[in-house]
Amino acid sequence: MVVVIAILYVLFSNTQENLAIRGIESGFAFLGHEAGLPIGDSLIDYSPTRSYGYAFLVGILNTLFVSVLAIVFSTLLGIVIGVARVSRNWLLAKGAAIYVETLRNLPLLLTLFFIYTVVLAALPHPRDAIALSEGVFLSKRGFYLPRPVAEDGIGLFLGASAVALVLAVMFWRWAKSYKVRTGRSVPGLRGGLAIFLALSGLAFLASGQPLTSELPVYKGFNFKGGLSIKPEFASLLIGLVLYTAAYVAENVRSGIQSVHAGQIEAANALGVSSGVVTRMVLLPQALRVTIPATTNDYASLVKNSSLAVAIGYPDMVSVGGTIIGQNGQAIEIIAMWMAVYLTINLIISLGMNMLNARVQLVER
Amino acid sequence: MRNKETLVILAAAAAAMATGAHAGKLDDVRAAGELACGVSEGVPGFSNPNSEGVWTGLDADICRAVAAATLGDANAVRFVPLASKQKVLAVSSGQVDMTSRTTTWTMKRDSAEGVDFTSVVYYDGQGFMVRADAGVTSARELDAATVCLTTGTTTELNMADFARANGLTLEPVVFEGKREAVEAYASGRCDALTTDASQLAAFRAGFADPSEHKILPEIISKEPLAPFVAHGDNQWKDIVTWVVYGLITAEELGVTQANVAEMTASSTNPNIQRLLGTSGDTGGFLGLNSTWMVDTISAVGNYGEIYDRNLTATLGLERGVNALWTDGGILYAMPVR
Repeated sequence: MVVVIAILYVLFSNTQENLAIRGIESGFAFLGHEAGLPIGDSLIDYSPTRSYGYAFLVGILNTLFVSVLAIVFSTLLGIVIGVARVSRNWLLAKGAAIYVETLRNLPLLLTLFFIYTVVLAALPHPRDAIALSEGVFLSKRGFYLPRPVAEDGIGLFLGASAVALVLAVMFWRWAKSYKVRTGRSVPGLRGGLAIFLALSGLAFLASGQPLTSELPVYKGFNFKGGLSIKPEFASLLIGLVLYTAAYVAENVRSGIQSVHAGQIEAANALGVSSGVVTRMVLLPQALRVTIPATTNDYASLVKNSSLAVAIGYPDMVSVGGTIIGQNGQAIEIIAMWMAVYLTINLIISLGMNMLNARVQLVER
Repeated sequence: MRNKETLVILAAAAAAMATGAHAGKLDDVRAAGELACGVSEGVPGFSNPNSEGVWTGLDADICRAVAAATLGDANAVRFVPLASKQKVLAVSSGQVDMTSRTTTWTMKRDSAEGVDFTSVVYYDGQGFMVRADAGVTSARELDAATVCLTTGTTTELNMADFARANGLTLEPVVFEGKREAVEAYASGRCDALTTDASQLAAFRAGFADPSEHKILPEIISKEPLAPFVAHGDNQWKDIVTWVVYGLITAEELGVTQANVAEMTASSTNPNIQRLLGTSGDTGGFLGLNSTWMVDTISAVGNYGEIYDRNLTATLGLERGVNALWTDGGILYAMPVR
């Protein structure tokens, strides 16, 4: 332990000394200085007069945003493809196999470039944008959607919706306990959903339809108004989802195949529906194999999101790189990158381990 | 007890490493037998590998000139392509001996980032390029336009400043590499491309039909491009500085690649004699041979020849403000004496 600390100390003091000799400023004081750099895609309100620290935060949020969405979508797609791979339908199984092998054997950077420079760049100029429906446009500058705008009475509507949600959850929990008590099954999930939709729909009408939309309109160089999804963000998200889904699919396949065939045959012999067999027999056992492997893939996904820099999405690495270019304070920025990636990945691994602990065999 | 001993040994080793005698960069370069020179990842006219993989351009020739002056061999250069955000660190950490890479001389880099700039080799300024059919004649009409640019340069800051000063909203798309930014502009992702005007001209010349693109008249910044070296080695900084001044002086005095041998043998002009080392010892001031400029000019020519070969012939860039002070430009080398 002492040796490790000594080595760290020596490395640290040596670095400090070398920086001082070369006249390089060190420390995190620069984070408070005005950034002056433009950022194209930001979740929070940003302008170049903000500080470097705030600009870096914009980058962190962009990294988090794209990672979270990519994790959700790659999981859904991965499950579908993984199940398709073990399907008895020959065409479906082969199609899924081709997908998995192709995506896993291509470098992600290549996939990103392909989506960005070939697929999305082939869309028309905003002048001739493809109009999918009213206010929905596709162009090489991005996808434009109507933006919801809150009117008077939105508070009333949101409050009523929250009450509806609570009622729906209460019904669902009652249905579960009723089933445990009496053995008779009540459609808890569907019933709950119906309660929520009916009540919040009524509230929407009663509060005078407090939600309108702002449509994007082409003006000058580009669309104004509405919501926009930039091609850089879309390429990164699509690329990460397609790539990671191939790995998740393999985890799902190995999970399913790890369940002993006798288990399924025994369950089928009981005469319950195949949906119940999947939900109650197959999945709980498959998850034991799937979850640990998927944890690694999620962690890789977060790290892979740094390839954003190649296709112009302002993630944490892109913004940090600019800050290094302006300040030369590479050590501080790299330390911040490491800290953020480490934190995100520790959180993922913590969450997945908790999930894993719930599905693992409890040995007595 | 053992651990304490280890600690003492480690600390001593560290102290030895930190205070170890350091010979000058000139000695290092001579010992290595080659000059590690940081260049761009590919900007036509400045530093760009040609079809045979040989680095060409004004910046690359400055590397060769320094190698010729210090090692007597213009080919003893190891070119190291550096991304924008690496360039300063690569020099301050000693990864390369110098960088000649379309880098703007700014106060902060020169003072607080551990590098020293030498002498300006090209006076540039940032501009905008748009499609000729975009119906724009001034950069002030670019409100709401999408602009492609590269990360880690002064370009980003200048654009933000220009937008703020003129009340424009410009939407940036920032790429790691120049090539990606140019491709994104070419594919129509952006309405405009912004970088130094000389580079815009270079990229425009590379398009299938250059007449489809035009460079807007506004130059929104001063971009004095200069080679730079690590802070703290004055002799090395002097060498790089004076090699460039020597090249400019040679143009002023009419010493060319073709006539340098003849001039060395027979010139009676005292300025030429000092430059070429036949009288006085200008090389000795820098710790170099007396033939330092003869070697350099024979290898790459004078500043004007370098400029014409790399920028006028290939890109059609006029000398403009980069003409000699005697020709109405601002290129003014300090006296070699």
